[in-house]
Amino acid sequence: MKYVDEFRDGEVARNLSSEIARLSKGKPLKIMEVCGGHTHTIYKHGIEDVLPPNIDMVHGPGCPVCVLPMGRIDDAIAIARQPNVIFTTFGDMMRVPGSKGSLLDAKADGADVRFVYSPLDALKLAHQHPDKQVVFFAIGFETTAPSTAVTLLRAQAEGIKNFSVFCNHVMIIPGIKAILDSPDMRLDGFLGPGHVCMVIGMRPYTFIARDYGKPVVLAGFEPLDIIQSVYMTVKQLDEGRCEVENQYARVVRPEGNPKALEAMGRTMELRPFFEWRGLGFINHSALKLRPELAQWDAETKFEVPGIRVADPKACQCGEVLKGVIKPWECKVFGTACTPETPIGTCMVSSEGACAAYFNYGRFSLAAQRSRLPVINLTQAAETAVKGS
Amino acid sequence: MCLGIPGQIIDFVDEENNIARAEVSGVRRNVNVGLLRGEGIGPGDWVLIHVGFAMSKLDEHEAQETLKLLYEMGNAFQDELRMYETSQIE
Ligand code: SF4
Repeated sequence: MKYVDEFRDGEVARNLSSEIARLSKGKPLKIMEVCGGHTHTIYKHGIEDVLPPNIDMVHGPGCPVCVLPMGRIDDAIAIARQPNVIFTTFGDMMRVPGSKGSLLDAKADGADVRFVYSPLDALKLAHQHPDKQVVFFAIGFETTAPSTAVTLLRAQAEGIKNFSVFCNHVMIIPGIKAILDSPDMRLDGFLGPGHVCMVIGMRPYTFIARDYGKPVVLAGFEPLDIIQSVYMTVKQLDEGRCEVENQYARVVRPEGNPKALEAMGRTMELRPFFEWRGLGFINHSALKLRPELAQWDAETKFEVPGIRVADPKACQCGEVLKGVIKPWECKVFGTACTPETPIGTCMVSSEGACAAYFNYGRFSLAAQRSRLPVINLTQAAETAVKGS
Repeated sequence: MCLGIPGQIIDFVDEENNIARAEVSGVRRNVNVGLLRGEGIGPGDWVLIHVGFAMSKLDEHEAQETLKLLYEMGNAFQDELRMYETSQIE
């Protein structure tokens, strides 16, 4: 595949890391990778072990599955249980627990829940089943919102009446702002979510540098992308600069993707406020369908309970999402909460910090360094070596 | 869902609906390329695909530039190391 292997050279990674160590002079620095995709790469490739120990990667709220509050999952299940409905969703959402079970449980009870790769697949199902109502569970940041938008425009153009969207698209900038404004914020810089930037461009991030004095580097998703972005952040700090820089220029254009923004603008508008798991209600942080598209809006078409549900007591996803605690510091991590039996959302999505850490990070030296292992790390490392 | 995957455009299958065939690791599937229409997308181009949509053209020039920078940095470090090894300070 294009530009995948090239960005995984271990030798280059180690050299970059020495440079990071030299520039940061051992000073403890906290850098937040906003995007769950980055968190995934960091654990999968053991990047924390390559970086010098004074660099602490803090995981941010950029996992759309993780930030969705429980009440919205309940609403989705309520729609899925209606007669005559085919409820379609990305695979990630299937296991996310609502207050009374997940979509997977609803499916086991007889609801017609199917997973699709693309909203266009959901639209195709609507074509194939004119006697059914096909609903697409739209989730994601600005990366996936344009796909929902284009699908809606196509449904409108083709006059497909048995298709609708349950819109849960959220926007990353208000989420970052909420973190910057939270009192326990102690971050030195940010790695910006490359694929959101591919849509919205560089400009929306300037406020972080200008108003909060923090460097931002828009980063790609291969291991070298991340390490180079950390290097660029540390270099800015060393030189006393704070700017928005683009490490991921092979994908991110400064202006973003204007056609994608236009499609979003034609189909969606801001919600006055929206609840994020762990971060609470954030003003103008999510999108809903424009009134002209009401006939494709599942929230108009179906009765949804719309009830706010508090997170389970044991769950510390909120603190994980704000970067206040590391996944393994949650009391139920790896015991009551595992990918098979998730309590919180961060354990479900592959982009969630808890799932990424559970799947890869337990063998990490960085975790050993923090002396908070959940399982016997020496033993686990031995099994890992034997197994590989 | 958010990660995306690079694929190469093979040909158009439905110009009107902006559907093209793209190959990802030997697997060919239809993707919507409407969001890149302004950039003059065509067969042979590499694109980043998210949930069935080509969202960005992979800019080969920029990719090479980034790689060059990364490897130069590696070399500079190696040179430095070699120089360091030759040092005879007493
Ligand atoms: S371990 Fe489970 S409950 Fe705890 S923060 Fe992670 S996902 Fe949430």
